[in-house]
Amino acid sequence: MNIDMNKVTEILERNPKEPGAIIAVLQDFQREFRYLPVPAMVKASELLHVPLSKVYSIATFYNAFSLTPRGEKVIRICKGTACHIKGADKILEQIEAGLKLKPGETSADMKYTVEVVNCVGACAMAPVLIVNDKYHGKVRCDQAMGKVKRG
Amino acid sequence: MHIDTPKKLEQWRRDCRKRQDSLKKKILVCLGPGCLANGSDKILDEFKKVLKDKKAKDVSLEAVKKTGCHGFCAQGPMVVIEPGGIFYAKVKKSNVAEIIEKTLEKGEIIDKLLYSDPDNGHKYTDYKEIPFYRHQVRISLRNCGQIDPDNIEDYIARGGYAGLAKVLTDLRPKEVIETIKKSGLRGRGGGGFPTGRKWESCAQIEAPIRYVICNGDEGDPGAFMDRCIMEGDPHSVLEGMIICAYAVGSREGYIYVREEYPLAVINLQKAIETAREYGFLGEKILGSDLSFDIRISRGGGAFVCGESSALMKSVAGEVGEPRAKYIRSVQKGLHDQPTVLNNVETFATVPVIIDKGADWFVSIGTPKSTGTKAFSLAGKIRNTGLIEIPMGMTLREIIYNIGGGIPDGREFKAVQTGGPSGGCLPADKLDLPVDFDTLTKAGSMMGSGGMIIMDDRTCPVEVARYFLEFLVHESCGKCVPCREGLLQLYKYCTKITRGEATEADLALMERLSKTIVTASLCGLGQSGPNPFLSTVQYFRDEYLAHIRDRKCPGGVCRELIQYVINDKCTGCMACLSVCPVGAISGEKKKLHVIDQDKCDACGSCHDVCTFAAIDIK
Ligand SMILES: Cc1cc2nc3c(=O)[nH]c(=O)nc-3n(C[C@H](O)[C@H](O)[C@H](O)COP(=O)(O)O)c2cc1C
Ligand code: FES
Repeated sequence: MNIDMNKVTEILERNPKEPGAIIAVLQDFQREFRYLPVPAMVKASELLHVPLSKVYSIATFYNAFSLTPRGEKVIRICKGTACHIKGADKILEQIEAGLKLKPGETSADMKYTVEVVNCVGACAMAPVLIVNDKYHGKVRCDQAMGKVKRG
Repeated sequence: MHIDTPKKLEQWRRDCRKRQDSLKKKILVCLGPGCLANGSDKILDEFKKVLKDKKAKDVSLEAVKKTGCHGFCAQGPMVVIEPGGIFYAKVKKSNVAEIIEKTLEKGEIIDKLLYSDPDNGHKYTDYKEIPFYRHQVRISLRNCGQIDPDNIEDYIARGGYAGLAKVLTDLRPKEVIETIKKSGLRGRGGGGFPTGRKWESCAQIEAPIRYVICNGDEGDPGAFMDRCIMEGDPHSVLEGMIICAYAVGSREGYIYVREEYPLAVINLQKAIETAREYGFLGEKILGSDLSFDIRISRGGGAFVCGESSALMKSVAGEVGEPRAKYIRSVQKGLHDQPTVLNNVETFATVPVIIDKGADWFVSIGTPKSTGTKAFSLAGKIRNTGLIEIPMGMTLREIIYNIGGGIPDGREFKAVQTGGPSGGCLPADKLDLPVDFDTLTKAGSMMGSGGMIIMDDRTCPVEVARYFLEFLVHESCGKCVPCREGLLQLYKYCTKITRGEATEADLALMERLSKTIVTASLCGLGQSGPNPFLSTVQYFRDEYLAHIRDRKCPGGVCRELIQYVINDKCTGCMACLSVCPVGAISGEKKKLHVIDQDKCDACGSCHDVCTFAAIDIK
């Protein structure tokens, strides 16, 4: 996969050039590319003087980072406590069956990525399903796929 | 504008109040997470659009304000009209024109939009009369839902930065610490450590640099108080941190915010910039000798990073692994310098204590747990939302008087507090007062404020399994008891939910828990077995039902239950289309049948059936 190295440079430019900034830089990469491309990590490692092994260890430690590209639509199912006891598993199952994807996977056509998250702070409307940045609350399992396709 | 003396601040406050008073009416539209998800941003836009197009009497465009979470999420999207606290629930975009015409122009109340008590149909106009609000005492949430978080004038008009001004003019750092000690304030992040003592230890250590960090990681998967404060009233957090910086002698602070809270980051960032502009942050704050600035550090979505030593590593740009606690972080914290770490709610409470005095704070709550505590009420409860109560209120009062009890005619089974480090308490503990020590003694804990209510259709074993799964995933893997111990505990717990365990397994789990509690490195492991231990303590019979009878009394554990269609089935095909494994067969208007060999008991059919035609056996 080709990435825009100008974007990488731009992100590195706007962050402090010190080892302590590595997480912030990776977060910006993640936001820009929706994953952490290897060339970007290499560049960050060189510029911030953080060994590549350490960059990799940070990239795999934090849930916010993914090492594979994500799809156009990122479907996140909340599995926080409130959502769990209100049946988040069933929502997940509908989506797994509907898209034939397990959490963490992206469809071959790069359209969908399915993820689970732990509480997005909207517990009052559990169970919560998020399609890109749109929150859907009190989702019934029969509505889940419709929301995925539409919103 | 730069405010460089406390006197100027007071002058400005008077101006702000005058400007606020000149708005004869205010329309507060809640943009908290719950309301927002129900489209309250569209309602806000509609108010602005309609008011722009027409000149309404006594209502200017500035009268429309977006606010943070107002609390009563179950009734969202909500709109409050001041004066009078007129509370409109479940507002739709189509109601906006009517609200402007009737309520704002003519002062009429729109009956159909008022909240009505589901038990007796009583309608409330002023939200402060609604039971959900009436029993609350709001200190840390004092401004949430009342002010526009982006407008510092709103904060100033409600007494903002008065605590800071008082500290800078009247109190020496030692006296600030004394006041906080005297107030009895204990950390709201879960542990309940006395805040004044923490500040004092930090101030006493000789060091060139000291840091103040605010813990906005809110890792408990079922809690959203800190989020609402950071989003809805960011200046209160900043003010608390600045007061702390003055007390301990710090020049640099950080707010560590959870990755899942992008709006909190935006609102805090805006607040920091505004505070700098007005001279509440930066060099010579309010013209004093205090210099202090705050940076935001975004978390990476790891639960363990809420733990103090892991958090500090993460702020420094490293993998967030905790370290052993023989050196405390007040001595050697961020970059090995003395550091005060406090929770969002703790900091948000500090300015009020300074402003109103320690004695006032002590008069609220119980002798050993003073003041109030915010909770997010969620789960199987009618009034989900954000609340703040005086310490010492009983669980029953919270759940029934404020929370409105259990919906759908079901029965209460357990209340979970403290998230993955806490526990579940059963019905016979409902009269316990909520304070740090009582909850801990009962085998649960106060925690950061997530309160999840469970009804009789919840399985305590499954809940324990859920938390263990969470913890296994979130354990950083540094120490063996936590990494391996919790994994084994999780495996055994899963065995029980499948009806494959023996009583010897249960005994083994209890022994293993003891080891994990004793030998783990940080709080994650040390408290990790709690969800299991508390459920086995209070719901042992349900564990035994799974083991001996292969039955799940809550009707949750899939391997132990069956879904069967009874003759109330009308043949509507709803369940058939939702079944993810295609286990249901039948034709329109004919009785459907579930093929038990195919069925994996997910319960989706049960959820969509509107005829009560599906039984759980
Ligand atoms: C595994 C673990 C997770 C924690 N998560 C949080 C959290 O999300 N928010 C928080 O304020 N404190 C959390 N804490 C508690 C902090 O370590 C620390 O005690 C607290 O932030 C201190 O602030 P306080 O005294 O104001 O409560 C956590 C502790 C542990 C062991
Ligand atoms: S548990 Fe899902 S939003 Fe909190």
